[in-house]
Amino acid sequence: MLVFSLIVNKISVLIGGEAGAGITRSGFLFAKACLRGGLHVFGTNDYQSLIRGGHNFYIVRADAEELYSQADTIDLLLALNKETILLHKDELVPGGGIVYDAEAIALSDEELGRDDLKLYSAPLIEIVKELEGELIMQNTVALGAAVALLDYDLKILNAVLRDTFKPKVAELNVKAAKKGYDYARENYAGDFGYRLERTALGGKRKIFLTGNEAVGLAAIQAGCKFYAAYPMTPATPLLHFLAPLDREYGMIVMQAESEIAAINMVAGASFAGVRAMTATSGGGFCLMSEGLGMIGMTETPVVITLAQRPGPSTGLPTYTGQGDLRFVIHASQGEFPRVVIAPGDVEECFYKTLEAFNLAERFQMPSIIITDKYLVESHGAADPFDQDIIVSDRGLLLTDDKYMREEEYLRHRFTEDGVSPRIMPGTVGVIVRTSANEHDEHGFTTDDPELTTKMADKRFKKLDALAKYLEKYETTKLYGPHEADINILGWGSTKGPIREAMKLLRNEHLKVSYLQIIYLTPFPVASVQRILKSAKTTVVVENNKTSQLSSLINEHLLSDIDHKILKYDGRPFNPRELSQRIMDAI
Amino acid sequence: MVTLDDLKTPAKNTWCPGCGNFGILMGFKRALVQLGLDRDQVVLVSGIGCHGKIVNYVNINGFHGIHGRVLPLATGIKLANHNLTVVGFAGDADCYDEGWGHFSHAIRRNIDMTLIVHNNMVLGLTTGQTTATSQEGFKTKSTPFGSIPPALNPIAHALVSNGTFVARGYSGDMRHLVNLMVEALKHKGFAFLDVFQPCVTFNYLNTYDWFRKRVYKLEEEGHDYADIETALERSFEWGDRIPIGIFYRAERPTFRGSLPQLKEAPLRELSTEDIDITPILRTMM
Repeated sequence: MLVFSLIVNKISVLIGGEAGAGITRSGFLFAKACLRGGLHVFGTNDYQSLIRGGHNFYIVRADAEELYSQADTIDLLLALNKETILLHKDELVPGGGIVYDAEAIALSDEELGRDDLKLYSAPLIEIVKELEGELIMQNTVALGAAVALLDYDLKILNAVLRDTFKPKVAELNVKAAKKGYDYARENYAGDFGYRLERTALGGKRKIFLTGNEAVGLAAIQAGCKFYAAYPMTPATPLLHFLAPLDREYGMIVMQAESEIAAINMVAGASFAGVRAMTATSGGGFCLMSEGLGMIGMTETPVVITLAQRPGPSTGLPTYTGQGDLRFVIHASQGEFPRVVIAPGDVEECFYKTLEAFNLAERFQMPSIIITDKYLVESHGAADPFDQDIIVSDRGLLLTDDKYMREEEYLRHRFTEDGVSPRIMPGTVGVIVRTSANEHDEHGFTTDDPELTTKMADKRFKKLDALAKYLEKYETTKLYGPHEADINILGWGSTKGPIREAMKLLRNEHLKVSYLQIIYLTPFPVASVQRILKSAKTTVVVENNKTSQLSSLINEHLLSDIDHKILKYDGRPFNPRELSQRIMDAI
Repeated sequence: MVTLDDLKTPAKNTWCPGCGNFGILMGFKRALVQLGLDRDQVVLVSGIGCHGKIVNYVNINGFHGIHGRVLPLATGIKLANHNLTVVGFAGDADCYDEGWGHFSHAIRRNIDMTLIVHNNMVLGLTTGQTTATSQEGFKTKSTPFGSIPPALNPIAHALVSNGTFVARGYSGDMRHLVNLMVEALKHKGFAFLDVFQPCVTFNYLNTYDWFRKRVYKLEEEGHDYADIETALERSFEWGDRIPIGIFYRAERPTFRGSLPQLKEAPLRELSTEDIDITPILRTMM
C-alpha cells in the first residue's frame, strides 16, 4: 500500500449521476460550502440534451490559492450511479476516493480495474428511505459523507442548505447530510488523504455565480427595462434568472414566440425609449440576423447576448464552443457598425455588459456580447460587484427638458460625429420616424445615390467617436510580462484554462504572457500589435476548428500566428492538457 | 387637435393610380382626425410591401420595419410606452405569409394596439405573386398553373386565437372603413382589421367590381358581434356574399394590464436611477 501525505485545501471533486438527480445543484452546494470556508472555488457542469437518464456531472475545484478553471484530474468522486464510476475512474488520481452506495451499485474489481483507489460505500438510499425523503436527496447524503471524509465543517454545509432550500426541505436535507456525515465518520475517519480547512478568509465575502447570472445582474443594474427571448441552451438560464425579478425591478421580461419576435420586440422597446436586451445561442442568432441589420440601419440601441455552443446547426446543444466569432462580426446583409465584446469570466460578464449597454446607446448601434456555454453555465467566485464603477451613459437621448425646440427634430440628423440625437416618440411636438429602408434625415425612404452614400458614411463615422470613447474601457488585458518566451492570445472563456496553464508553464521555468482580447469589434489593433512586435513565439488558443481569432489578427495586422492550439470537441480546455499542448507546439 | 393638413408629408406617393391603399390611407387620416388624436402620440409601424410606404405618407411617429415583423416591433413599442397609440400596418403577404408566426401570438396576448392589414390577395411590390389569401386556382407569375391550396382565413384564425376585436373593411367604402378604424382605435386590446384593397395592377380577379358585387355589411343584417359562434359562422362565408364589418368584439385583460409593475406608469418612465442589486448579490454569497 502506498502512503500518501495529507493534502490540505486543494481538491477536485466530481459529482455524477443521471439527469434529474440534482447533480448541478449538489455540486453548487458543495462549492458554496467551500467558498464560505474561505477557499477559492470554481464549478462547472456537463450535461446532455435530455431530461431524465443519461449522464450528468459537475466538477468542483477548491483551493487555498487562486484558481480559474477545473483541473484535469479528480480527487474525490461522488457517484450516484454506476456510469459515473465507469466513465470517470481513470480521471481519479492515485489514492482518490469514490463515494457510492454499494447496495445500489454492484461494482466488481474487474470493472473498476484499479487498486489504487479508495472506495467509500455508504447506504445513501437506505438513509433517504429512513428519513422518508425523495430519492433525489441521496445526493445530499453523499455531500455529508464527503464533508466527513474531508474532515470539513458540517456546519458550513448546513448553513448553505438552509440558505438554498425552503425551511422544511432544508431541515430534511440537513438531516440527510448529518446521516451521511456520521456514517462516513464512523467507518472511514482519517482514511482519506485530502482535507479541507476553513481559512482566515472564511465567511460570506464573495459571490458565487454563473456567467448568465452576471450578465443578468448587469442588465438590471444598467436599467434594462425590456428583455425578450426565446429559450435556447445555453442562454435560457438568463431568462430564468431575470423572469422572477422583473416586477421588483420594474422591467418586462417576456418569452417571445421566436427569436425573430424577440429581436424585433427589443428593437421596438428601444425605439420607444427603454434599454432593451435579448439573448440566444447560434441558431437563434441566425434567426435574429435580419433584425440585427434593421437595428444597424435604424440606429437603434440594442444589446444582444450570444451564448455559443458547438455547431454547425443544432450541433452539441449542451456543450461549449467558440465557432461563432466570425458570424457575429459579419451577421446580416449590408454593412453597418457594431460592437462585439467577449467577456472571459463572471466579473467581466458583469462589467462588460454594463459597457455594452452604454456603447449601444451612446453610439446607437447593436452591441453584441459573445459568450459560450462554459462561461455562462460555470460558476465562478468574485468580489461583490461594484455598482459605481461603470456609470450609465444614455448618450444623446434628449428628454423633454433638453430638447431645443427651435429647429425641427430629425431622427437621422447629420452631425459632426455621426451620432444623431434621440428623442422618445410621444414627446410633445416631435415626430420620430425611422426606417429599415435607406432614409433621409427625417426617416423618409430614399434611393437617392448621394443621400445613400452620405447616410452610410454617417453611420460609419460613429466608429471614430467610438474608438475615442473606448479609451476609457479595457479592450484587452495583458497577464504576465510584455516580453516573454511565449505570448498566448485568446478571447472569451478560454481565459480560465489559459491562466491555469500559465501557472504550469511557469513551473517549467518558461516566461509566458497572455493577451486577452475582450473587444473583437472594433478590433484593438494597437494593443495586439504591441504584443506581436515584442513576441518571440505567439500561440492562439481557441475552442474552434479554424482559429477565427488568428484570421482576425491576420486581417487587421497582416501577421501570422506561430501556433494555434484548437479544441472543438464541445469541451473546454483543461489546464494540464493545454500547457502540454503549448509545450509540444513550441 | 390634428387636422388632415397636419397629417400631410412631403414624400411623393408612389402607389399606382387607383390603388386600394389610397382608401386605407385616407380612411386612417380621417379616423385620426375624428378621434382627435395628437399626431405626436401615435406611432405607425409598417412592414415591407406596397402597404409599408404608408409610413412616408402620414405625418406621425413611424417605424418602417422589415418584412413580416410589424407585430413584434409594435409589441415592443407599446409595452415600453403604453401611453402611445400604436397602429401596425401590414400587407397580406407581410402578415399572413412572412409574419404569420406572430399573428396568433399578438392576438392572444391582447396587446393594446391596432393591426390594419392591406389585403389585396397578391404580392404587389414584387410584381405579382401568390399570397396566403390568394384564391385557389389564382394564376400569377409564381403560380402559372394556378395557386394550389385554398386561401387562408385570417378572420377565423383571429377568432380562434381569442381575438377581442375582429373586423373586415373594404377600401372602396370609405365611410364604413373610417367607422371601423375609429372603433378599432378605440378598442382596449388587440384590434384586428383586415381591409380588402384591390391591386389594380396585379390582381385581375379581385377587382373593385368583384368586391362591390359581393360585400355586405354585417351590421345591416343584425349580426350580434358579442356572439362568437355566429361570428365564426360568418367568418367562413365566402363566394357570392362576403361580410364586412365587426365580426366579434369582447373585453379581456390586456397583456400590459396583467403586469403589476406597469400599474402606475409606463415602462419607460420607471426609474433607472438608484437601482440596487445588493439584495440579489447577498443571495449569491
